[in-house]
Amino acid sequence: MKDQEALDAILTRAASPWMDGSGHLADVVLSSRVRLARNLKDVPFPHLLRGDDAKEVMLRIKKAVDSVNGKGAWGVLHFIDLETITPLDRMVLVEKHLISPQHAQRGEGEGLAFREDEALGIMVNEEDHIRLQCLYSGLELEEAWVAASGMDDLLEEVLPFAYSERLGYLTACPTNAGTGLRASVMVHLAGLSMGGQVGRVLTTVNKVGLVVRGLYGEGTEGQGNVFQISNQITLGQTEREIIDNLSTVAQQVVSEEKRMRETLLRSNRQEVEDRVWRSMGILCNARALTSKEAMKLWSDVRMGVDMGIIPHLTVKEINEVMVMSRPNFVQKVSGREMSPSERDTKRAELIRNHLSASSR
Amino acid sequence: MLCEECGKRTATVHVEQTVNGKKTVMNLCEECAREKGVLNVFFQEQFSIDNLLSALLGSIQSEVPALGPGETETRCPVCGMSYRDFARYGRLGCSRCYETFDDRLMPLLRRIHGSDRHVGKVASRAKGTSKLEREIESLKRQLSQAVAREAYEEAAVLRDKIRALEKKLGGGAR
Repeated sequence: MKDQEALDAILTRAASPWMDGSGHLADVVLSSRVRLARNLKDVPFPHLLRGDDAKEVMLRIKKAVDSVNGKGAWGVLHFIDLETITPLDRMVLVEKHLISPQHAQRGEGEGLAFREDEALGIMVNEEDHIRLQCLYSGLELEEAWVAASGMDDLLEEVLPFAYSERLGYLTACPTNAGTGLRASVMVHLAGLSMGGQVGRVLTTVNKVGLVVRGLYGEGTEGQGNVFQISNQITLGQTEREIIDNLSTVAQQVVSEEKRMRETLLRSNRQEVEDRVWRSMGILCNARALTSKEAMKLWSDVRMGVDMGIIPHLTVKEINEVMVMSRPNFVQKVSGREMSPSERDTKRAELIRNHLSASSR
Repeated sequence: MLCEECGKRTATVHVEQTVNGKKTVMNLCEECAREKGVLNVFFQEQFSIDNLLSALLGSIQSEVPALGPGETETRCPVCGMSYRDFARYGRLGCSRCYETFDDRLMPLLRRIHGSDRHVGKVASRAKGTSKLEREIESLKRQLSQAVAREAYEEAAVLRDKIRALEKKLGGGAR
């Protein structure tokens, strides 16, 4: 498959393979991500690179990726120069978590290597020269780390990484130095939110040195009751320690969430079922839905699916609604830019058709 | 204490805000705090890595003394950044900056990570390189001893060995 074809396939499908609801504790942990920051030795970091220099670095990394393509468990990576695609396409890539919002804004000399299943990606010339990431469904940090580290090994054979024996991998921002590892889990805390306990639990998470953010990073806190928990410290701990620590905390958060869901079902079953089905009713029938409202309803229905209240819907099917709620995805599948109200109408239509097809 | 907003539930969230130097305190229950979006402030303001870093850098910026007349700043030989630039942008210029500003970065790294020593994955290239580096260092020590003993023939052999290894090191690292 050609690079552009592979990209188009990703941009227009709502179902990302890593959102299929497989994996450990997947009823609460939507996904696990491991990201490694790497830089080329003695080459200015991306924020100092201009025009041709940035392009040269991008081509150098592209060449390296090409030279190891298809090896090991890595599979075949496609490569695109972000400058050659539209701003809308870049924003859809952000919504798909393949690039960061910052990466989507600049463009010159920036690239993305990606696998067709969206589970592996390499951001080129973002804050660091290389940011490679692995995304897995469920709580699968260990698997994601092994895959990311394997990719890192392959790249290291062909690229001189900036590394110091004392400080480890050197990064543009000292907050990433050392392992260059940012591990994160996306958790859906609908039960704790309904029970008014989400603040308490997340404060505790903060206290053990982990960071909590929203679904799309800072500023999107709590949309659809989805939170990202990640490590903050990258130096002075081994990768395994960082991952084990995050895994342990994630498991505790999951058990709190599950306990709350059980409590809710035991003491307020009717109220919970009513809320889930009402939200399902709106998703299936509304003629206009804002992104925020769609996410709120998604949260109720997703919990309903996990609790067995809505038996005919699969996790994969309801997760597609999450992608459909994103503003840029809606415009992409419509093939044009739209006003917010047009988007709301189109979004409601997409979700309505999707859910009626799923319930048949 | 009761919530200032609804006057019914117990206030469990206490928010201090400073606007234009004027400090206000709000005591709210969790429900009203969520409605007012105060609980979100909690995520953004206090726990973002970027904010944390800029706070740390802010304190560092005030520690970087102003340049006296005729004084020049240390600049990184690869990218030309000064430490002052780093304090302003929050990003280093290149990997060499870590060496150039070593004495100032170490305390910063300790403040951020609680450590200034990497214990994680060892770069495969570094494994070979550091062995070479150690060998070169050892040969250099032998060389200066040989020179001190005026054993010039031995010194010449050592010098050639060092050159060969340094060539290997340079070629391997690029």
